[in-house]
Amino acid sequence: MKTETYTLNLGPQHPSTHGVFRIILELDGETVVKATPVPGYLHRGIEKLAEARTYTQVIPYTDRMDYMAAMLMNWGYVAAVEKLMDIEVPERAEYVRVIVGELSRIASHMIATGAYGGDIGALTAFTYTFRDREYVLDLLEMVSGSRMTFSYFRIGGVAADLPEEFFPAVRKFLGELPAMCDEYDGLITGNEIFQARTKQVGIITPEMGINYSLSGPTLRGSGVNYDLRKVRPYGIYDRFDFDVPLGQNGDCFDRFRIRIDEMRQCKRIIEQALDQIPEGPIMAKVPKVIKPPVGDAYAEVESSKGVYGCYVVSDGSPKPYRVHFRRPSYINLGYLGKLCEGWKIADVIAILGSIDIVLGEVDC
Amino acid sequence: MGENIFVGIATWLRGLLSGAGVPDMWNDTILLVVKLVAILLFILVNALWLVYMERRVCAFMQSRLGPIHVGPKGLFQTAADIGKLLGKEIILPKGADLLVFLLMPVVIFIPPLLIFGVLPFGKNMVAIDMNIGVFYLLAIASLSTIIFWAAGWASNNKYSLVGGMRSVAQMVSYELPLILALLGVIMITGTLNLNTIVDSQKSIWFVFTQPIAFLVYLIAGMAETNRTPFCLVEGESEIIAGPYTEYSGMGFAMFFLAEYANVMIISAMCTVMFLGGWLAPFGLDFIPSWLWFFLKMYLMIFVFMWVRWTYPRIRVDQLMGFGWKVLVPLALANIFVTGVGMYIFRAIGWWS
Repeated sequence: MKTETYTLNLGPQHPSTHGVFRIILELDGETVVKATPVPGYLHRGIEKLAEARTYTQVIPYTDRMDYMAAMLMNWGYVAAVEKLMDIEVPERAEYVRVIVGELSRIASHMIATGAYGGDIGALTAFTYTFRDREYVLDLLEMVSGSRMTFSYFRIGGVAADLPEEFFPAVRKFLGELPAMCDEYDGLITGNEIFQARTKQVGIITPEMGINYSLSGPTLRGSGVNYDLRKVRPYGIYDRFDFDVPLGQNGDCFDRFRIRIDEMRQCKRIIEQALDQIPEGPIMAKVPKVIKPPVGDAYAEVESSKGVYGCYVVSDGSPKPYRVHFRRPSYINLGYLGKLCEGWKIADVIAILGSIDIVLGEVDC
Repeated sequence: MGENIFVGIATWLRGLLSGAGVPDMWNDTILLVVKLVAILLFILVNALWLVYMERRVCAFMQSRLGPIHVGPKGLFQTAADIGKLLGKEIILPKGADLLVFLLMPVVIFIPPLLIFGVLPFGKNMVAIDMNIGVFYLLAIASLSTIIFWAAGWASNNKYSLVGGMRSVAQMVSYELPLILALLGVIMITGTLNLNTIVDSQKSIWFVFTQPIAFLVYLIAGMAETNRTPFCLVEGESEIIAGPYTEYSGMGFAMFFLAEYANVMIISAMCTVMFLGGWLAPFGLDFIPSWLWFFLKMYLMIFVFMWVRWTYPRIRVDQLMGFGWKVLVPLALANIFVTGVGMYIFRAIGWWS
């Protein structure tokens, strides 16, 4: 019998491409012959916009990249500018950054977990993680006054000190976090159908993961022990005791499970930071008008999606000459096309979901 | 008092008509039409109620509130939604087969209506008492697949087409275990008449004597109604809404309501075949038989909703594998065991 392949345009308006992402699928029945990812529908030219803003004014733009973990996006940028200007960030500010950064990571992983459940078809998972994410957002609102786009980091420190009521609230939340993670494990991870859908699907071998420059949970799911917080500790991460969860098979299931395990590790880090946090200033001595010396600097942090880097070039003026962001979501997507080949339509969604992209970051 | 309320109405109507000098043949016809209209009304109103129930149950499972604002406890939410959908423009996709496209949401309600005509809702409460009830029921129930498939084909949309194809594949794989599961019951009762099947469960419900058949039926029934974990036909995270992708306004609402009518049918069949139909358990006869029927039916519907909001969706090849490699052999084994059991029982004289 003569058969033909056909082209299915998945997205940019599709319920489970996590935003305006498009994949052109060439299908043989339900089997994918070729997948071509087409990003760019949310491109706002943040890098170009940054060139017309002062150094401090760029911070709100970084919020709009990975808006699921905006604190971490702030962090990469201010770290680069601080490196350029040789600013020593005060102790307390470093701890505050770790606390809010890890809370942001928890919020981001909660979305990844719930949205992945939704991608597989278990919509109830979505509401459970979003219910719990509210607690994190409440905490971050207490700190920064905003729930999504915080702009809380400043070059040389953070915008405001942690309020008094934050400490009991965050401890209460951390006390409940393990129970929340157990609930996700019970509802999603342990489910027979979920495992059938995700195990041995979309396998990334460690070699291919490294070759394609993947990072974050996507790479660690393949068992590559590469977490910037451990490998090249930035800030004060060398002071904390935590584990890096690793997968064994590099399939969707491992990538998914790692995020839940990472939430548990975030809890350990925040608890240690809360115990150790010293008194003191939260801002370094930074001039009113930030004019870094001529030169360039690159700083990276481990964001919830992977290695997030920021490259800043200064020509000595109050505005950056060039800003470039290494967005982990975008780079992790590079392998998607190859990864989807030979799987079914439903698996494309499962694979895309397991990479956990945020379109704001992919298209920047 | 409640026991004979509907039968009483029918008798009263018949008496009224013959009193007015209507000939017997016309009398029967009028009564049949009245019964069918009543059933149609019941299906539609109940589908509205089920949408509301689904949303409340789902909200309960998801630690939300669900609709609470329109009417008392949000009861009129679905009616308001339908009102809104009626006012929507019906968008006709380019290149669609317009006749089929527009006809399908209309005919989608025919199979449920045809089926409800033969279901025994209570003692003496059946519109058409058919002696091949089960056979008729199964034959009609699979008709809706053609409608889904035609809707998917007519939409001129690849998502719809994939959904329609999935619908056919799913029906072919799951109709078989569904029928084979019911065969166990039919072997024991030796009849296809739904009333007789209910009557023969007086001593013990078939859910206890045919547990495997019940399980297979439950799973295959979920697949038949296209509900999670077998909601591949809609599969909203993969193929948007399957065959309904291009439908807007009331066309979509008709498909949506028909899904609930189908859920009702599968649950009602389950009640009749396995849960003793309108028979009252533990001799609780003071509750009318039709109320028992609905209680059992709603229990089954709740189970369907419970599963839907807990499980993820299965993949299309896994669906086929599960149907052919697990459910069909299981149902066949059940038939074999039932047959052997019947012979043994007959041999030792426990079976009359």
